[in-house]
Amino acid sequence: MIRQLFKYREMLLVVVIAILVAAFSTRSPGFARPANLANIFNDTSILIILALGQMTVILTKSIDLSVAANVAFTGMAVGMLNAAHPDLPLAAIVLVALGIGAVLGAINGLFVWKLGIPSIVVTLGTLTIYRGMAFVLSGGAWVNAHQMTEPFLQTPRQLFLGLPLLGWTAIVIVGIMYLIMSRTFLGRAIYASGGNPTAAVYAGIDVGRTRFYAFVISGTLAGLCAYLWVSRYAVAYVDIAAGFELDTVAACVIGGISTLGGIGTVAGAVLGALFLGVIKNALPVIDISPFAQMAISGSVIIAAVIFNARQERRRGRIILRDRGASEEIGVAA
Amino acid sequence: MNQIAMSDQRLETPLLEMRGISKSFPGVKALNDVNIALYAGKVTALIGENGAGKSTLVKILTGIYQSDEGEIRVDGDAVSFTNAQDAIDFGVTAIHQETVLFDELSVAENIFLGHAPKTRLGFVNWKAVNARALALLHSLESNIDPRTRLKNLSIAQRHLVAIARALSVEARIVIMDEPTAALSRKEVDDLFQIVRRLKGQGKAILFISHKFDEVYEIADNYAVFRDGKAVGSGVLAGTGQDEIVRLMVGRSIEHAFPKVEIPLGEAVLSVENYTHPTEFRDITFTLRKGEIFGIYGLVGAGRSEICQSLFGVTRPSGGKLRLHGEEITIGSPGEAIKAGIVYVPEERGRHGAVLELPIYQNISLPSLTRTSRSGFLRASEEFALARKYAERFDLRAAALSVPVGTLSGGNQQKVVIGKWLATQPKILILDEPTKGIDIGSKAAVHAFISELAGEGLSIIMVSSELPEILGMSDRVLVMREGLSAGIYERNHLNAETLVRAATGNA
Repeated sequence: MIRQLFKYREMLLVVVIAILVAAFSTRSPGFARPANLANIFNDTSILIILALGQMTVILTKSIDLSVAANVAFTGMAVGMLNAAHPDLPLAAIVLVALGIGAVLGAINGLFVWKLGIPSIVVTLGTLTIYRGMAFVLSGGAWVNAHQMTEPFLQTPRQLFLGLPLLGWTAIVIVGIMYLIMSRTFLGRAIYASGGNPTAAVYAGIDVGRTRFYAFVISGTLAGLCAYLWVSRYAVAYVDIAAGFELDTVAACVIGGISTLGGIGTVAGAVLGALFLGVIKNALPVIDISPFAQMAISGSVIIAAVIFNARQERRRGRIILRDRGASEEIGVAA
Repeated sequence: MNQIAMSDQRLETPLLEMRGISKSFPGVKALNDVNIALYAGKVTALIGENGAGKSTLVKILTGIYQSDEGEIRVDGDAVSFTNAQDAIDFGVTAIHQETVLFDELSVAENIFLGHAPKTRLGFVNWKAVNARALALLHSLESNIDPRTRLKNLSIAQRHLVAIARALSVEARIVIMDEPTAALSRKEVDDLFQIVRRLKGQGKAILFISHKFDEVYEIADNYAVFRDGKAVGSGVLAGTGQDEIVRLMVGRSIEHAFPKVEIPLGEAVLSVENYTHPTEFRDITFTLRKGEIFGIYGLVGAGRSEICQSLFGVTRPSGGKLRLHGEEITIGSPGEAIKAGIVYVPEERGRHGAVLELPIYQNISLPSLTRTSRSGFLRASEEFALARKYAERFDLRAAALSVPVGTLSGGNQQKVVIGKWLATQPKILILDEPTKGIDIGSKAAVHAFISELAGEGLSIIMVSSELPEILGMSDRVLVMREGLSAGIYERNHLNAETLVRAATGNA
């Protein structure tokens, strides 16, 4: 039974996170209190959403390094929009954020799809371009809290059943992404395109178009996070979320999404992000310096990669043994 | 056979001789008591169908495989090649069909990679590398600059570099494995100049080719292999092409093929003057309901390319396609599947299955447009579809939700075929359907192909195996160098006609 559960690395991550939380709460009583856990979840919401976008792209054997720059540009755009037109309803601003994010994602996708340029090169380029555009747009100026409207700042903070709307947004996105990945044609195409691009082509799947859609999804989610970020930290400037693209990749890797594409689940990406969130929130509590935090995060990523590689190898053997033992249910006539 | 010439030759000690060589792989006897002799200053052509054992022989000669029985003699002394280096030490070197060279390195680096002259301190002696490369290229009467990057050279020049590389290790015996496959006529002429020069230098050359005109042009002796046995050898001059063709195919085609005669129905697909910019031209044929239409030809004759084009993987540059009389164009595999055309590729591992996905998702993959509704998948329909084909093929797996990567090769194959049939095609294109599977499974596959044809499917079967083509096809299109070399009706089919058409030996 336990082995059955551990076959899913998601389950293992849940256990590891639980152990971490338990360990930290011995050092800092109250760490495991529901309110604090809700707080950690809320704090990790943006990473969860961005990691899901990154996961979609990685599953197709690509990578999106421009997500954080997308957040910076779109965040600047909606911050300035809110400052310039305070009477614009929040829904309109969120739609603009989603739209700009989607367009930036689509630009990445078009380069990958139509010109066949490796995604790492395309998004390394757009990473700089998008952040540069944020500077051009703002002239280097900041949009500060006093320039932002009350609904813009406060809506994500509204509590609902003890969790701020920001956290609920992440939960809704997780649900939507789960539906897309497991219940739609696009989701299946994403797995197939990354798992075996040639076989996918022969099965009538347009791999290039599928990758394009993955980048659009990643961009749209980055656009959403742009608003959430600016609202949460109540400031928009050129350097927001600098380097955060690496956190999204890290969350995916820890969550068992194969960097070679085709393997990984929504639950994995979410748990990977939560794992990083727990560490980030816990280490200051137990007095560990930010530099040690970085080293710890890095070690965890490498450990996760090693673990996943071993898990992959072991999985084959375990299933072979299982197959020998179990009778052939329902399949063989 | 030419007894007098042969006995003349027997007086001379062969530079290299293989005696009684046998080699088995699980389930296959690749070589069975084979003898072959190579003489200094002579070109020996090795001729045989695919699967005759030529490649195995080359691998034994170059030390990559070790023979189970038999001996190799160099200059009359028994030697043993336990690895590739041993073969090189005895002066055996091979030039392969696809030359293994490095685009970004210079010509000289390519020639001396792995055995570059060193300075006293153990560093590469670049002066010597370039000078010796230049000398080698000069000896081949070439003026390629040894310092140019390989990527700037033409295919023929690359061949020359490969030959120079082969000669850089003091080769006495040069094996050329289908060296002309990718060359134009002009390049072949240049290559043959080099071969003649090597002959003049007293090297023994083993020349493997399918093309009779080339064999007759360059070779002195011949050896014919069939089914892992050396069935004939001798001096080429005075030996007719008929004789060689007879040796190559000279078996009674076993009637182990469960071909069921099916009354052919109406025309399903007509291909008219189909043309691709670089791979094939003016291909015309009609496929009828219930027909098994064979496409035969040498490797590289453009057979798979036609099929890929019919399936929308590549686009033709000219010609028409009619499905049930209506003109259609096929722009992508998705459109082909919708039109009822599916293609089971030759490399089923690479092109066939997504190993990470479960069985049922693999089977439903090309049928998703049918089982999903407005972009949403319906798992129950997918499972039903998968179960149906899993049962039909007696698929052995713990559950339909296990990844295909965990299945045995044979079961993976069943998944791949099930996946294509699940699309309910009208036309099934099979590329080398029995390549790499053992004889027992072959019969099962053939029985299955017949069964499908009996159900009214039209089948295009690409194969390089003559018995398969002869046994299974209603009609056969023979391809040669991208062109049609004729379409043959079942009652006019015989091995020699097909081989002649395919090799251009009319």
